[in-house]
Amino acid sequence: MDNLVEINHLHFSRNDRPIFRGVDIVIPRGKITAIMGPSGSGKTTLLQLIGGQLTPSKGQVIAAGKNVHNLSNNELYTLRKRMGMLFQSGGLFSHLDVFENVAFPLREHTNLSDEMIRSLVLLKLQMVGLRGARHLMPSELSGGMSRRVALARAIALDPDLIMYDEPLSGQDPITMGVLLKLMRTLNDALGLTTIVVSHDVQEILTIADHVYVIAEGKLIGKGSANLINEDGSPQLQQFLNGWPDGPVPFHYKAVSLEQDILERSGL
Amino acid sequence: MIAQVTTLGRLGIKLLRDYGKAGILLFSAICYPPNIRKGLPLVFQQIYAEGVLSLLIIMVSGLFIGMVVALQGYHTLVKFGASQQLGPLVALSVVRELGPVVTALLFAGRAGSALTAEIGLMKATEQLSSMEMMAVDPIRRVISPRLWGGFISMPILTIIFNTVAIYGAYLVGVKWLGLDAGAFWSNTQSSVDFQEDILKGIYKSIVFGLVVTWIALYQGYHSMPTSAGISNATTRTVVYASLSILGLDFVLTAMMIGGW
Repeated sequence: MDNLVEINHLHFSRNDRPIFRGVDIVIPRGKITAIMGPSGSGKTTLLQLIGGQLTPSKGQVIAAGKNVHNLSNNELYTLRKRMGMLFQSGGLFSHLDVFENVAFPLREHTNLSDEMIRSLVLLKLQMVGLRGARHLMPSELSGGMSRRVALARAIALDPDLIMYDEPLSGQDPITMGVLLKLMRTLNDALGLTTIVVSHDVQEILTIADHVYVIAEGKLIGKGSANLINEDGSPQLQQFLNGWPDGPVPFHYKAVSLEQDILERSGL
Repeated sequence: MIAQVTTLGRLGIKLLRDYGKAGILLFSAICYPPNIRKGLPLVFQQIYAEGVLSLLIIMVSGLFIGMVVALQGYHTLVKFGASQQLGPLVALSVVRELGPVVTALLFAGRAGSALTAEIGLMKATEQLSSMEMMAVDPIRRVISPRLWGGFISMPILTIIFNTVAIYGAYLVGVKWLGLDAGAFWSNTQSSVDFQEDILKGIYKSIVFGLVVTWIALYQGYHSMPTSAGISNATTRTVVYASLSILGLDFVLTAMMIGGW
């Protein structure tokens, strides 16, 4: 199968704390690949590594046949024009209205006329259902609307790859449904390749074609969305089913309670 | 003992690393200026945000400082029968020292803190990251226009401050205390040298403009992307910028007077 992104033996540390210890992931072209894992497992970091915003200590990330971290600044920026990224907070420019936010990449990277930009922006906003909200400022939008505008902006340049960073976190069920539908529809209608990072397990499994689960710097599970539930690994089962205790313990590392209390009482 | 030396070494390395990062930021902002077609409107926007919006505080402060210096100066000069020298006293004090320094201090408090908070907030809300991912360089799109905006605004603000302060002195000296208007202006004109006094004050303000804006942008760009991080960065901007202005003022004055 043709892969748009290949991550080979990736190692990455932040402040001497290892985030990835030899991770291998392939992102097949035209599919939705979900990357899941507990909070702090480095899912967002992985997207930043794919986008070239961070550099791995070992291993490589190959996107569209190019090693992302061997590119010059200009080559990296050219590659990024083929990537769209939806940030957790939306990342909308607070001083621009909805229309200008979506028009931003078009104005920066093309010499299209104002009429052409207007038509393109309205089409992108129509796709996410917010054509009528084009005059609103980001501060006037709900969380779900912000993400939809950011999505319209991310697809403004018709990228090959779109990356979603926690698109569902903190959203109500209706907004979740809207975002899930948009992710699936845009992927299929525009022929995109999608990477979605999330810990909303059940929701994401409804749209994902492939799933990778990361914990403690390593892959603990991978496979198709249908098969991942049948994996026997206790760590994976704890994550998928949301059990409060298991391989990831409920209690933070500490001495025993008795010892702690006796020490306090001076006995 | 070893632990203390290690801590000292670590602090030293952090300091050098911070200076290095600040130097790289300045170099990138100056060497990759905004292009004419897209960047010039951004620079004008920043001149408005940093310069025009600081006008009120600059003009009001200039007026009161000019009035206070005139009042204090008059009561001293009159003891020596030299009250006609009030104009030169105020004009020279303002043009050489008070104008550039007070304008820069006010600019650091008004525009510098706003710049740091704005850039810090853009970082915390992932606006800078999303710009990078859209293949737009935040240094060129966000940092550089703000640096040029501050660099251009500061000398103009200083000229306005100087003008308003001298007018404030005129109001107190001539309109209130009854000095002769002709003597006030002619003494001022004959004592203030354009090259030696006015231009040297403007040179100082150009340096202050660059330094204050540089500090503000660096603190914002490298702030921790949290609310506490942004508030700390804003405080640091005002403290570092104020200390730099006062320290640099001494160095620049020594250079100008000493003829370096």
